[in-house]
Amino acid sequence: MARDRVGLLFMFGLPILLVVIVTSIQNSTFELMNKNTVPLLLCNRDTGAASHQFIAAVEQVGLFNILTASGTDSSIRARVQQKDALLALVIPANFSARVEARARMVAGKAMNSFGLEDSTNKGAPGDTTTMPIALYYHPILQASFRRSAEGALYSALQVVESKHILKTLYFSLNEKELPDSVESELLNNKTTIEEYPVSRDRTRTIPNASQHNVPAWTVFAMFFVVISLSSGIVREKVNGSFIRLKTLPTSYLVAIVSKQLTYLTVTLVQAAIIFAIGVWLFPVIGLPTLHFPTDWAALAVVTFLCGWCAVSYAICIGVFSQTEEQATGFGAISIVILAAIGGLMVPSFAMPGSFRLAASISPLHWGLEAYYGLFLEGGGFSTIWSNILPLVLIIAGLQGLSFWGLKRKNLI
Amino acid sequence: MSQSGETGDQGGPLSPPALRIERLSFGYPGQPALFDHFNLEIPAGSRFGLFGPNGAGKTTLMHLMTGLLKASGGSIRLFGEVLNQHDRRPFAHFGFVPQDFSFYQDLTPAENLAFFGAWYGLRPFTIRKRTTELLDILGLSVVRNKKVAQFSGGMKRRVNLAIGVMHRPRLLFLDEPTVGVDVQTRHAIIDYLKQLNANGTTLVYTSHQLVEAEKLCEHVALIDQGRIVAIDALDNLLAAHRTDGLEGLFLQLTGKAYRDIDV
Repeated sequence: MARDRVGLLFMFGLPILLVVIVTSIQNSTFELMNKNTVPLLLCNRDTGAASHQFIAAVEQVGLFNILTASGTDSSIRARVQQKDALLALVIPANFSARVEARARMVAGKAMNSFGLEDSTNKGAPGDTTTMPIALYYHPILQASFRRSAEGALYSALQVVESKHILKTLYFSLNEKELPDSVESELLNNKTTIEEYPVSRDRTRTIPNASQHNVPAWTVFAMFFVVISLSSGIVREKVNGSFIRLKTLPTSYLVAIVSKQLTYLTVTLVQAAIIFAIGVWLFPVIGLPTLHFPTDWAALAVVTFLCGWCAVSYAICIGVFSQTEEQATGFGAISIVILAAIGGLMVPSFAMPGSFRLAASISPLHWGLEAYYGLFLEGGGFSTIWSNILPLVLIIAGLQGLSFWGLKRKNLI
Repeated sequence: MSQSGETGDQGGPLSPPALRIERLSFGYPGQPALFDHFNLEIPAGSRFGLFGPNGAGKTTLMHLMTGLLKASGGSIRLFGEVLNQHDRRPFAHFGFVPQDFSFYQDLTPAENLAFFGAWYGLRPFTIRKRTTELLDILGLSVVRNKKVAQFSGGMKRRVNLAIGVMHRPRLLFLDEPTVGVDVQTRHAIIDYLKQLNANGTTLVYTSHQLVEAEKLCEHVALIDQGRIVAIDALDNLLAAHRTDGLEGLFLQLTGKAYRDIDV
């Protein structure tokens, strides 16, 4: 095996590279969503107080890095197209006047409904029709993030409009300005939302890119043994060493079992290396540290079964392939497909219904779900058995199929 | 069915023959039976040549004798033990040198011998000793740590032979062991095979190199279409058919028509 440098590269080099790169990329996305701000071009054509209050409220959201802009709509669009910012907000010229007019209208209606006469607000409220604030966005911005931005802007707008309605209503009732202390108390006394990650071990550890990626790419890496092992079996079959192996006093079945044990050890070493990278290398290169699950026995069982399943799959491909090209080509492509439908690239819950059904035939899916049960949900052996069982059944199926193939081809 | 009555170096009057085939039947799927109640006996200690035109069934017979193919009827006994897939002990009695290079090209000769030696059940000490011994005899000591892939055809043939005799088999099957090699290598291989036979190893040899076969084989069987058309000591056969060489005997008994046109 030491001579198979390409195989070693596939089994160790590429998966390690993959786990580091994908975790780094996904970590940036996590940070973009959680910590970093998104540039927002803000063009304010209004000179009133409401627009300034709105801008202050948008700043307070903390989601945006506001870049002041001016010019026509087309020039704003051009800047978004050039990716000066992925979002641009244009506040229309009479924004404040309309906010105030609407506040007066709402306050007037409220006074009427209270049976009171509004002595301070006798004239017409002004133009109370709403004029939309324009939000331009670059198409590359994900819909989920765009909706988050819209929600944040609506929230800021709500604050401004509520403040104006409150102030107008207070003035109508008391014929004096709303004191700042009362305004602050009324507007800021909001119910808070506290987040609770639902973990089986009741810990509050927030899942990060490492907890997601290390188990996923460990499973993927293990299945890369397919390339080395299956092509090795085919090579033995086509180059004649198989003939000699079949005439030895030891059954070829023993050779196959020995291969399985050797490659199973390889997969366990792969997992150990990738986990070690998550624990020791990731913090050094600025990525979140991988935290091990508390149930070590379950972790060992899942790792063992994932490795054995990968080896069983490789043996099966090796037995049925006629050429090395078939084995490596089919092996590599099928792993990517099984990984894709197994939820390694897109989470299973986000897939269409038919694909979720297809996921159940992917051993990578069950391996990943079992790992997630341990790494993300803080579960143990008792909570992941429903993922382990299909994995065991798939292993049994692959081993049976390989045995049948070897018998049928008179190889054992 | 070598009925010559000669006993090999290892065999006494009551010892079993090296190989006994009785009522062997075999046919490839969808084709008429190639062997039907075929019988053959090869005495222990002999140098036995198995010859025939292409398609005669000699490679199939070699594969049946080495367990690579499974007969549909009859039995094959090696030194009295029935050859079957369920009990692999009789497989330890023989070595096989196939026509194709049957080893790992990415490994060195020493590594190949260590690998197959382990599969023959040899101890590490024995493997090391036999490896050194065989590489010396076959002139491969200087390249013992080089990858076999870099070797010439003749060197590869010698590696192929070394693996087949690694465990000192009592019976050695040789399928075209000298094909594609130069004169020097052919002589070296034939001399070594004679030396093995002198030490008690029964040789079962098949080849199209009939001049070479004359030098090596004491007994021959000519088979055609799954049947033995002649079997005896080579000298007896040549005398009986009044020919002065194996090639003449071969053509006399099997004809001059092409045999490999049915593909």
